Order: sequence, then structure tokens, then C-alpha cells
Amino acid sequence: MKLPPGFPQLSEPELIELTLTSDYDAVRSCEEAILDGIERHGYDDDFRFAIKLALEEALTNAIRHGHANDTQKSIQVRYRVDAQRVIIMVRDQGRGFDPESVPDPTLDENLERPCGRGVMLMRCYMTSIHYNDKGNEVWMLKDRADSGMP
Amino acid sequence: MEKPSTHLKVSRSDSVSVVEFADRKILDELDIYEIGEELNHIIDSEPGIKLLLDFRNVDHMTSSALGMLITVRNKVQEHSGKLRLANINRQIFEVFKITRLNKVFEIFDNTEEALVGF
Repeated sequence: MKLPPGFPQLSEPELIELTLTSDYDAVRSCEEAILDGIERHGYDDDFRFAIKLALEEALTNAIRHGHANDTQKSIQVRYRVDAQRVIIMVRDQGRGFDPESVPDPTLDENLERPCGRGVMLMRCYMTSIHYNDKGNEVWMLKDRADSGMP
Repeated sequence: MEKPSTHLKVSRSDSVSVVEFADRKILDELDIYEIGEELNHIIDSEPGIKLLLDFRNVDHMTSSALGMLITVRNKVQEHSGKLRLANINRQIFEVFKITRLNKVFEIFDNTEEALVGF
């Protein structure tokens, strides 16, 4: 399996793979497993906050936008937590979207819009994020050296 | 009989309605929807409301929750009311800064400061 440009090239067994029912209760166990790994490797609280935020944005996007809250769909997650970095992939079964088409939520004219901040927050808190061409799969990387807030 | 709030603790300080979030994190879409509905009800019940949202129990935030807060702010303004936020922890305040929502909301270090001149 080839990881996106800029990501360390890992062999498949180095990533844990989960298939989750597309609902909020089901994805919580995945979130807990990843956050447990972060604590085990001694990452600080700001790093944990960043991972939790980006992961929840990715999972929420999959459930709400990718699957329109259809709990018959499933979400595929691949992840690895080690001493150097955290890598997470979230893929949904939806039509995908163009992340570049999301208007910049920090522009004055968009500040009072209630939506459109998820992808921007993921970009801010991760070292790198990469969407596939279809836009239904996101890879997120956070290096240990990138600990702390954006 | 009115359904008791499960997500919010509401109190009164003179003319200000002080609302504390009971959940430590605001993630689940259903929770966010319900919190939004409960806040809507509070806003509807008092034209010109002075609403102070106290984040002392909140240690996580998502973009959906930010969206709910913007919707609440817009509704308070429609009702000629005022909204202030207080006790936002450092990590969550960073989220407000990154999204520039610290320019949209009146944010105070604590409820005592927020109540002054409200």
C-alpha cells in the first residue's frame, strides 16, 4: 500500500485496520484506541487535543457528509501510533468532495457561517493532511516534533 | 411538563442568564443538536436576553459545536439580546483564535468579568 506523498512509506502490517459502523457510538471505540496509543507513547496534552480534534472532524465528516447519517454504511480507518508520529486514514463510502472548494471560513464574509471549519481545523492541527482524488479518503499525519498548538 | 435539561445548567445572576455546559466535551451531533435546541428555548423565552455561556466544564470542541454557537449568537441578535462567553480553556480558545471566532464572540476570562457591564 502506498501512502500519500510526504508520509513515511509503511508496509501494510504496520497499520492497524478497523471497519466501523457509521454512527457516533461505534466510532468512539476507535477514537479511544488511538488516544490510548498516544498516552502510551507519552505525547503531551496539546498533541492529544490536536489528534482528537482532527480525528473527530474526519469521522464526523464521514458520518454526516459522506454517509448522510446512514448507519448501514461503514467507515474504514487505518492508523499507526508510534514514538515518532501518528498516522490516521479515514475513508467513507460516499461520493467524496473537493476539499479545495470549501470557502475559507476565516474570511470576514464567512465568519458568521455556521459550517465549513472542519477541514481547516484538520489542516491547522496536523503536520500534513492529504485527500484522495475522489475526496472520500483522508490521510492525516502528525509528527512528534510538531507537538503543541498550531 | 417541560423536559428537564440534560446538557445545560441554567442559573440567574441579576438580569443575566448564566448557562453552564454539563458535558465535558461537545462532540456527538445529537448532543450538539439538543444543546442548540435547549439554548433556542432559553433565548425564545426571554426577548432581549442577556446570555452568558460558561465553558468551565468543557475540555473539547468540534467545528459542529462552533457552528451551533454561531447559530445561537445569530438568534440572540435577532431577539435583540446579548451573548458573552467565559471560562474557555487555553486549548479551546486556540480553536476560537484559529477560526477567528474570537472576533465574532465577546469572550471573557471568567464569569465575574463577563458579568461586569453586561
